[in-house]
Amino acid sequence: MLGKLTWAAIPIDQPIPLFAAGFVGFIIFCVLVYITLKGWVPYLWREWITSVDHKRIGVMYVFLAGVMLIRGFSDAIMMRSQQALAFQAPGYLPPDHYDQIFSAHGTLMIFFVAMPFVIGLMNVVVPLQLGVRDVAFPTLNSVSFWLTATGALLVNVSLVVGEFARTGWLAYPPLSELTYSPGVGVDYYLWSLQISGVGTLLTGVNFVTTILKLHAPGMTYMRMPMFCWTALASCLLIVAAFPILTATFAMLLLDRYLGFHFFTNEAGGNVMMYVNLIWAWGHPEVYILILPAFGVFSEVVSTFSGKPLFGYRSMVAATLVICILAFMVWLHHFFTMGAGADVNAVFGVTTMIIAVPTGVKVFSWLFTMYGGRIVYSSPMLWSLGFIVTFVLGGMTGVLLAVPPADFVLHNSLFLVAHFHNVIIGGVLFGAFAGYTYWFPKAFGFRLHEGLGKAAFWCWFIGFYLAFMPLYVLGFEGMTRRMQHYDVPAWHPWLLIAALGAAVILAGIVLQIAQVVVSFRHREQLRDVTGDPWNGHSLEWATASPPPPFNFAVLPRITEDDTYWGMKQRVLRQTDTGEEPRYEDIELPRNSPTGFICAFFATFMGFALIWHIWWLVAAAFVGAFVTFVVFAWRDRTEDRIPADEVARIDRANRAARRAALAQMQPAQ
Amino acid sequence: MNQGVSSLCSRSVVALTARCGVLSALIALTACQPAVLDPRGPVGEAQKTILIDSLAIMLAIVIPTLVATLGCAWWYRRSNTRARHLPDFTYSGQLEMIVWAIPLLTIMLLGGVAWISSHDLDPARPLPSKDPPLEVQVVSLDWKWLFIYPRQHVASVNHLVIPAGLPVHFSLTSASVMNAFFIPQLGSMIYTMNGMATQLNLHADEPGVFLGLSTNYSGDGFADMHFDTEALPMDRFSAWVDATRGTGPTLTSQSYTELAKQSLGVAPFTYRDVDPDLFKNIVTQALPPGPGPVEETSPGASKRAEK
Amino acid sequence: MSAAQGTAGRDLRMGHAARDIVSKRIIVGYGFWIFLLSDIIMFSAFFAAYAVLSGQTAGGPSGRDVFHLHIVAIETACLLLSSFTCGVASIGARAHNSLMYYGSMAVTAVLGAAFLFLEAREFAGMNAIGAGPSRSAFLSSFFTLVGCHGLHVTLGLLWLLTMMAQVFAKGYRHDILRRILCFSLFWHTLDIIWIGIFTVVYLTGMAQ
Repeated sequence: MLGKLTWAAIPIDQPIPLFAAGFVGFIIFCVLVYITLKGWVPYLWREWITSVDHKRIGVMYVFLAGVMLIRGFSDAIMMRSQQALAFQAPGYLPPDHYDQIFSAHGTLMIFFVAMPFVIGLMNVVVPLQLGVRDVAFPTLNSVSFWLTATGALLVNVSLVVGEFARTGWLAYPPLSELTYSPGVGVDYYLWSLQISGVGTLLTGVNFVTTILKLHAPGMTYMRMPMFCWTALASCLLIVAAFPILTATFAMLLLDRYLGFHFFTNEAGGNVMMYVNLIWAWGHPEVYILILPAFGVFSEVVSTFSGKPLFGYRSMVAATLVICILAFMVWLHHFFTMGAGADVNAVFGVTTMIIAVPTGVKVFSWLFTMYGGRIVYSSPMLWSLGFIVTFVLGGMTGVLLAVPPADFVLHNSLFLVAHFHNVIIGGVLFGAFAGYTYWFPKAFGFRLHEGLGKAAFWCWFIGFYLAFMPLYVLGFEGMTRRMQHYDVPAWHPWLLIAALGAAVILAGIVLQIAQVVVSFRHREQLRDVTGDPWNGHSLEWATASPPPPFNFAVLPRITEDDTYWGMKQRVLRQTDTGEEPRYEDIELPRNSPTGFICAFFATFMGFALIWHIWWLVAAAFVGAFVTFVVFAWRDRTEDRIPADEVARIDRANRAARRAALAQMQPAQ
Repeated sequence: MNQGVSSLCSRSVVALTARCGVLSALIALTACQPAVLDPRGPVGEAQKTILIDSLAIMLAIVIPTLVATLGCAWWYRRSNTRARHLPDFTYSGQLEMIVWAIPLLTIMLLGGVAWISSHDLDPARPLPSKDPPLEVQVVSLDWKWLFIYPRQHVASVNHLVIPAGLPVHFSLTSASVMNAFFIPQLGSMIYTMNGMATQLNLHADEPGVFLGLSTNYSGDGFADMHFDTEALPMDRFSAWVDATRGTGPTLTSQSYTELAKQSLGVAPFTYRDVDPDLFKNIVTQALPPGPGPVEETSPGASKRAEK
Repeated sequence: MSAAQGTAGRDLRMGHAARDIVSKRIIVGYGFWIFLLSDIIMFSAFFAAYAVLSGQTAGGPSGRDVFHLHIVAIETACLLLSSFTCGVASIGARAHNSLMYYGSMAVTAVLGAAFLFLEAREFAGMNAIGAGPSRSAFLSSFFTLVGCHGLHVTLGLLWLLTMMAQVFAKGYRHDILRRILCFSLFWHTLDIIWIGIFTVVYLTGMAQ
C-alpha cells in the first residue's frame, strides 16, 4: 500500500537530522500559521502563487535561492566543522551523515541556489530590458518555477523521511547503482533533479524564444543590453545541455528500478559512459551559471562607471564563443580516467581556448572603468570583488587544464578551491550584485547600503579565509570528501577554513539583516524616479516597481538609438509631460496550473521514490488532467482598459516628475 | 561619504592582508607538508615543474591585469577630479586586437606545454630504465587496497612496498566502485574501475615512506582508504618479499571473495601466496564484482566500524 | 486603433504587445521548435548510449538474433503514412474542413496505434525469449532508445485525441489551431527520429 515507506524512514534514532528536521519544520509551521492568521493567504494565492507575471516569478525564484542558500550553507558549516574536528578523531558526523551532507551541499547549491538565482534575475529583468510586457510563454514560466520548487522540496523532504544520496553531487555509478546504494537516497536525488530539470528546460525554451522573437519595435539584436545577450547564451546552453542530463538520469533510474545495465558492473554496463554523459551536461551547466553573472557585471560596471560598456560587439562575440566552446571541453573533468595522451591533450587545449573570450571580457570591463566616474556602490564592490576573485579562480582552472598538472591535483581540495573560487567569486558575487542592483526596480525601495557593504566584505574576506587554505591542502595531497584524516599538517589549514566559513556566515546574517532593515526603512529608501542608479537600459524607464503591464506604451526604438541611449529618450517623453495615446492592454491571466502541476509532481516524485505505484499513477493522471483543464479555458487574457492604464501611468509619471523637481540633477 | 567608507575599507584591508600574510608564513613554517610540491620521483618532479612554470606564465598576465583593474577602479573614482573623463571611450580597434591577442598567445604557449607534457607524462608510458619495471597489480575494494606482486607471488593489503630506484608498472582495477590510486609524492593518479584495467608507471628515486590514498569518493569507508607506500633499497625489498612468503594466509578466489565484502578500517596484512590468474579473473569479471552493503541498513543508520 | 478584444478566440498579435510585434502563431511555433530541438538532443544521448553499448551483449542475443526486419518495415510504413495523414489533418484544420480534419486525425491515430501495437508485441516477444532489457547492456540501450520513442508516440496519441476533442468542443479557434500546429510538428519529428532508429538500430544491427 505504501511501497517501501515505513515508520523506520523517519530518523528518530539520529539526533542531528532529527533536530534539524524538527527545527525547520517548526519554523515552517510558525510561518504558515502567521500568514494564515494575518489573512495573507488570498493575497499570496492571487498575487504570487498563481501569478504568471515574470516580475513576480523572478522574485519567487530569488527567494527560493535565498532560502536554499541558507540550507546549503548550513551543510557547508557542518562539513567545515567536521573536518576541523576530525583530525585523528571521528568528529561528530558519522560517515553516512557526512556523505549525505556533502552530496546535499553540492546538489542544493548548484541546482537550487545558483540556477534559481540567475534564472530569477533573468525573469525580472529581461522582458523589461527588451521593452516588452512579459516572456513568450508566461504560464509555462510559472510551471517552470513551481517544478523547480518541487525539486527543492523533495531534496529537503529527504532530511525528514528517508535519506539523501551518499554519492557526491553527481552520483557516479557503480556507487549510485542499486547494488552499492540500495536505499532511497539516490532515488530522491534523481527524481528531484529530473522534475526540476523539466522546469529548467522549459525556462530555456521560454527565454530563447523571448529574446530572439519578442523585442520592442525597433530593437535590433545589436541594441540589446549585454545582460540579454548573456541570458540568451545561457538559455541556449540550457536547451542544448539539460536534455543530456534528463537522458542520463533516466538511464540510471532504469538501472535502479527495472534492472537495466547501462552503468552496472555486470552484463556489459559502462561506467565511463556515465562520466562522459554527465559531464557533457556538467560543463555547459557551469557556463549556464556564469554567463548571466557576466551579464550582470557588464550592466553594473557600465552603470557605475557612468560610461557605456567598452567593446560591445566584442563582448557579444565573446559570449557566443563561450557558448559554443562550452560543449567542447567536458573531458577535462576526468583527465585521470585514462583516455590516453592524445585525447587528454586535445581537451586540455580546448579548455584553455575557452579562457580567451573570458579574458577578453575582463579586459572590456577594465576599459569600461577607464575614463569613467566610478561610484563604489555595493553592486560595484561585488563586481570588483568578482574580477579579482574570478581571475584568480580562472587561473587555477587553466592550471588544472594541463593534464599532467591535473594528474596530481584532480579531486583534491585544490580542485574544490578552484570551483568554489569561480562559482562563489563569479556566480554568487554576480547574483548578489544583480540582486542589489535590481532590488529597487522589483520592490520600489533600495537596500540599505551600509549593511550591503559590510556583507560584501564579510563574504570577500570569509571566502579567502575559507578557500585559500584549500589550495594549500591540495598541494599537501589532501583529497576531497574526507570524513576524517590523520595527517597533522592538514589540520591547521582546516581550522582556518572553518574560521572562513564563520566569517561568511556573518555575511549571510548581514544580508538577512539588510532585507529586514531596508523593509523597515523603506520610505527613506524609496526609489521614486524608477531610475536610482542612472542606468541606461529600458528597465530604468519604468516605475519602481513597474506596473503589471511594464510599459503603458511599448517603447519604439529608432535607428539613432544605441542600447545606451534608449532610456534617455523614453524618459524624455515622460519628463516633458507629453502623453502617449493609451490603449487597452491584454495581459495573460493568472493561473494555478503551475502550482497544481507541481503539487502532483511532488506526490509523483515522492511515490516513485518510495515505490508507491498507485500514487504514481494517480499523480500522473492528476497532472495530465491539470493540463487538459488549462487547455480548456476560454479566457486566456485579462483586458486592462485604456482608462485604467492611463490612470496608473499618469500617477507614475507625475510621481517621477515631482521627484525630479525635488532632486539635484544627477552627475 | 562613499569615499570615506571606501578609503577606510582599503586601509583596513591592507592591514588585514599584512596580518594574514604573517600568519600564513607562520603556519607555513610550522605545519607544511607540501607532498605534491615535494616530489620524490621523476614523474612528480616533472609535474611540479609544469605546475610552477604554468603558474609563472599565468601570473605574468594575471598580476598586471589585476593591478590595472584595481588601479583603474581606484583612479577613476568619481571623487578624483584629476582623472580624465572619457564618456565616449567605448571602442578601440587596437585595444581589441591586443585584448584578444594576449590571452590567445598565452593559451598557445600553455597549450603547447599541455600537448607535450600530456604525451611525456601519459600514465601508461613506461619510464626509462635499464632494468625491467616491477609489476604490481592493484585492486581497490570496499574499503581497502589490495596490492598483488604477480612475479613474486605475494600480496599485501593497505601497505605498498616497492623498491627504490626501479620503475614500478601498476595495472589497476576495482572490485566494485570507482576509486583512484594516488601517491602524491610520486606523481600521477589514475582511476580504478571494475571490468577493466588502467595503467600507471611511477618511480621512487630514494627510499622513504609516502602517503598513498584513494582520491575518488567510494562510499562510507572512503576516508579509510589510505595506505603507506614504503620504498626500500633493492636488497631490503627482496628481504621483505622473502619474509612475506613465509607467513600469512593465501590469496585464492575464496579468500578474495571474503576480502571483497565491505569492511572498514582494515589493518595492513599480507598474503604469502597468490593465485596467478586472480587479477585477470577480477578484470574479466570471471570473479563477480564485490557485493554491496550486507543488509539493508535502515535509512541513515551509522555503519559500525569493524576495527 | 480600436481596442483588441481579450478572448482566446482572436489570432492576436501577442495580446500584451504592440501591433508591430510578431504574431502569436509564429511565437508558439518557434518556441515549440526549440523544445523539439531539445527533445532531439535527448534522443541523441540515447543514440550515443546505444552506439557505445551495442556490442555489449554479455553472452546473450545480439541484434541479428532478435530483430525482425519485416515487422520493422511495417512499423515504418505505418509511421510514415501517419505523418502524411497528419499533414492532411493540418490542412483540414486550417481550412476548417471537419471531414478532412477528423478523418485524417482518426487515420493517424489508427496508424499510430498500429505502430505501438507492433512494437509492444516485439518487446513482449523479446522479453519472453529471455532477451529483455535486463539481460545485457545492449538490450538495455535498445529497449530504452526504441521505448523512449514509443513513449513519445503514446503521448502523441493522447495529445491527438485531446486535439480532436478540443476541436469538437470549441471549433477551430486560433489557439486550438496553434496547438494542432505544435502537435503536427511533434508527430513529424517523431517520424524523423524513427528514421534514425530504423537505420542505426535495426539496419546496422542486422549488418553486425
